[in-house]
Amino acid sequence: MDISTKSDTAPPPPPTVVPLEPGSRRPSVRLGDRIFLGLSRGSGILLLLIMAAIACFLAYRAALVLAKNDGNFLTTFEWEANGDPPVFGIAVLAFGTVVSSVIAMVIAVPVAVGIALFLTHYAPRKLSGPIGYAIDLLAAVPSIVYGLWGVLVLVPHLNGLYGWLDTYFGWTGILDWQGGAPRSLFTVGILLAIMILPIVTNVSREVFRQVPLAHQEAALALGATRWEVIRMSVLPFGRSGIISASMLGLGRALGETMAVATVLSPEFVIRTSLLDPGGGTFAQNIASKFSEATVQGQDALIASGLVLFVITLLVNGAARAIIARRKEYSGANA
Amino acid sequence: MSHAATTPRPKSLKTARLPRGSAWGIALLSVLLGSGIGLLAGLGNKVQWGLLAALLFVVITYTAAAAVEGRRQARDRVATSVIWVTFVLAVIPLASLLYETVKRGAKVFDGYFLGHSMGVVADTEPGGGIYHAIIGTLEQVGLATVMSVPLGLLTAIYLVEYGRGRLAKAVTFFVDVMTGVPSIVAGLFVLSFWILILGFDFSGFAGSLALSILMIPVIVRSTEEMLKLVPNELREASLALGVPKWRTILKVVVPTSIGGITTGVMLAVARITGETAPVLLLVWGNSFINTNPFEGEQASLPLYIYQQYANSSGEGAAYDRAWAASLALIAFVMILNLVARGIARWKAPQSGR
Repeated sequence: MDISTKSDTAPPPPPTVVPLEPGSRRPSVRLGDRIFLGLSRGSGILLLLIMAAIACFLAYRAALVLAKNDGNFLTTFEWEANGDPPVFGIAVLAFGTVVSSVIAMVIAVPVAVGIALFLTHYAPRKLSGPIGYAIDLLAAVPSIVYGLWGVLVLVPHLNGLYGWLDTYFGWTGILDWQGGAPRSLFTVGILLAIMILPIVTNVSREVFRQVPLAHQEAALALGATRWEVIRMSVLPFGRSGIISASMLGLGRALGETMAVATVLSPEFVIRTSLLDPGGGTFAQNIASKFSEATVQGQDALIASGLVLFVITLLVNGAARAIIARRKEYSGANA
Repeated sequence: MSHAATTPRPKSLKTARLPRGSAWGIALLSVLLGSGIGLLAGLGNKVQWGLLAALLFVVITYTAAAAVEGRRQARDRVATSVIWVTFVLAVIPLASLLYETVKRGAKVFDGYFLGHSMGVVADTEPGGGIYHAIIGTLEQVGLATVMSVPLGLLTAIYLVEYGRGRLAKAVTFFVDVMTGVPSIVAGLFVLSFWILILGFDFSGFAGSLALSILMIPVIVRSTEEMLKLVPNELREASLALGVPKWRTILKVVVPTSIGGITTGVMLAVARITGETAPVLLLVWGNSFINTNPFEGEQASLPLYIYQQYANSSGEGAAYDRAWAASLALIAFVMILNLVARGIARWKAPQSGR
């Protein structure tokens, strides 16, 4: 109805040809466009400024206290930042952070790759949706709740494992257990592994989904078993994806605060055995020392935070660079 | 293939397979054997029995499959069972975490708990609740959302609709990197800038500044993905009608992907609601009700959990309250997640990927 009346009453206007001036293909930019572009570009720039500001302000406060530091920031095994003069160093924290994150990676990455393969290649279709969803929920659990759970469930259950490791691997020195409560860097690593599992799984799953079906079908057509398909076509294609997923997970593990602060029993020493309680991480140290810190103590914590910031920046930047390079090959985002 | 020669019918183009359900049979066998050996050897720990059974399962599966089906199939079967095991490994902590939270949290979780503050309740006494913490969390997260959503949306629009050249590349890269900024570092930044240099006090607003630093990159990321899904034909149709670009974006592109954008925002909200570290540094905590996020210390749900736990020595009233508050927090976050995903499914753009 509408259409017919319209076409009856309004004959099509004669086609007017807008003459294009030679050389100027762009029409003059409208005011609304200019404002909108300015706003959106401005917020992009603001983000860059925020990142720069984070680095600058942390560095400024850190410089204030580092000038007064009576110890060596890199090698001192002490944290008396409230004293006059302050004595503090990040050696213990750097050690604890790296060790616990590495343990987390060693445990989480194989398991996460397994789950991702399970979701993309093994699980029944109907199951894989809900399971993927459950993994996402695992990611949504607040870290403080992981901490409570770690103290309540994980720590007591690790007594057995610790005893076993001590009996059979105690001779190595690094798995020697003196019998203290298992609230050590090793436990922290296990808890961190559980916490970074979802992100590593999700990223690897996305990569495995992009593996060209033709590769897999070709392998199948040659008589490969499912495992051989995975080994020969899925894993090689997904290798860089797995690497970057692991590094994203590593970034998370490095900066995790509350779960570590609840589970670890901190002490400012480096223990040769991973199973003995003690040690600390950057984030955990900041959270637990903050409430008693004077302004100078806060500055010292900021200095250690700056180190953490730089480390995570490098790790995440590397991970993203790997992902970005892969995207260009895959053509999935064309 | 001697096997094919002995079978009477030429139907056996199929190679020999283990009978269906043999995996379950082997599983049962290895559990029995595992517990048998464990019992005989006097291994006290049930976990060791389980490990023994798992080991037996792999060995028996491999030998049986190797004998009947050949090496390659055997390896395939072992890989399958290993991958299943990784999945089970991941489910155990999730199940245990949810179970413990509900079980422990249900003890003191009721209307009184939700509707009262900790005002005059000492840590060791029973009673008290999380009303003040809920108010604090809602205000801090709300403020952070109000600050981050416009900024995040505009940045995403810039990247998808306008972004060319160096600036866009830099923004993309740093948004990615910003996603990985640890929450405690965001907290330290606001501490150094807002509190130490500008001289403001601890307040809910300081917390929401840090939370929005964590939230913006998440929003940019998800919005960007959603805007990319909008088919170019829609933009071209609108531009061809002479609609200016900014109106095209606001009236065509954004409404088309609004479902996905909403989902992304809600997931970001869910993520920052559970953040404890920046709140610990900037909001400080308060056992009284403070409804003004711009002045004075406030409480917050995750911080409440931490403080109750830290003051509890692992049992007693404060410990129960910590778990009940965890239950409230997890419930809130998960409901937000569920609703967000519901919206995503309901409002999904028609064109597939």
